[in-house]
Amino acid sequence: MNDYATNGGAGPVATNGEAPSLLPPTDVFETKDAVIMLLDMPGADPDSLNVTLEKRGLMVTALAKSPAPAGYTPVQLEYRDGSYERAFSLPEPVDGDRIEALFKDGVLRLTMPKTGPAQAKKIPVKSG
Amino acid sequence: MLRDYVMERRWPDLYREMRRTQEEMNRLFGGLRLAVRAEFPPVNLWAGPDGALVTVEVPGVSPEEIEITVHQDTMTLRGKREPEILEDAVEHRRERMHGAFQRSIVLPFRVDADGVSARFDRGVVTLELPRPAADKPRQVKVARA
Repeated sequence: MNDYATNGGAGPVATNGEAPSLLPPTDVFETKDAVIMLLDMPGADPDSLNVTLEKRGLMVTALAKSPAPAGYTPVQLEYRDGSYERAFSLPEPVDGDRIEALFKDGVLRLTMPKTGPAQAKKIPVKSG
Repeated sequence: MLRDYVMERRWPDLYREMRRTQEEMNRLFGGLRLAVRAEFPPVNLWAGPDGALVTVEVPGVSPEEIEITVHQDTMTLRGKREPEILEDAVEHRRERMHGAFQRSIVLPFRVDADGVSARFDRGVVTLELPRPAADKPRQVKVARA
């Protein structure tokens, strides 16, 4: 499975002044019937979540924006707000109309039913 | 690695180079160039006149599984994230951290442990840690003699 974003993408390092592009750490599983993905996107605004599928290319984007607390000065910042963005090439073709997307506790869970027969097809061989 | 923002502001190029080198090392030794951080979970800390504000990114951890303790000027957060187990599944990629985690953060001042409040939203814990009233900086009025 390819991950275009990790191969030469901007990565999580911020460019000065701009909202950094963040790569959500991701787990990908494949069962008999579906491809299941879990993406860590803490702080993402659910309304900004965008999942698009084109053939086997899957793109996930979201914005994480929390206003800097008024009257406070930063002491130690280990993470930044920005836009989550990651593109994947799925291991199997999936049914785009039946993708289930659930965002809970900062984790996006995608359940994507595979298209086509789940079982390997046995081809009968005739002897002539 | 803690992000040193003072340093980042002063020498952005050097800082970027160091970050890049660190990531390169992560890639070489961890097989990943990803946002897999040296320390989980990442913490942001702000200070204000009335107290400190701490936010922690803990996606996928339910609030019941997070334990927060505050002692004088140290805040400790412990928790556990269970790995996702799916029956008869082939694993293509496993980047999300799992297992037990703990972070201790030293605050810039003592805080009133009884007044600490925490809320959990979209995988981020936000803690408000008020300063004890007696410790707050007070303005001293200067009177003319």
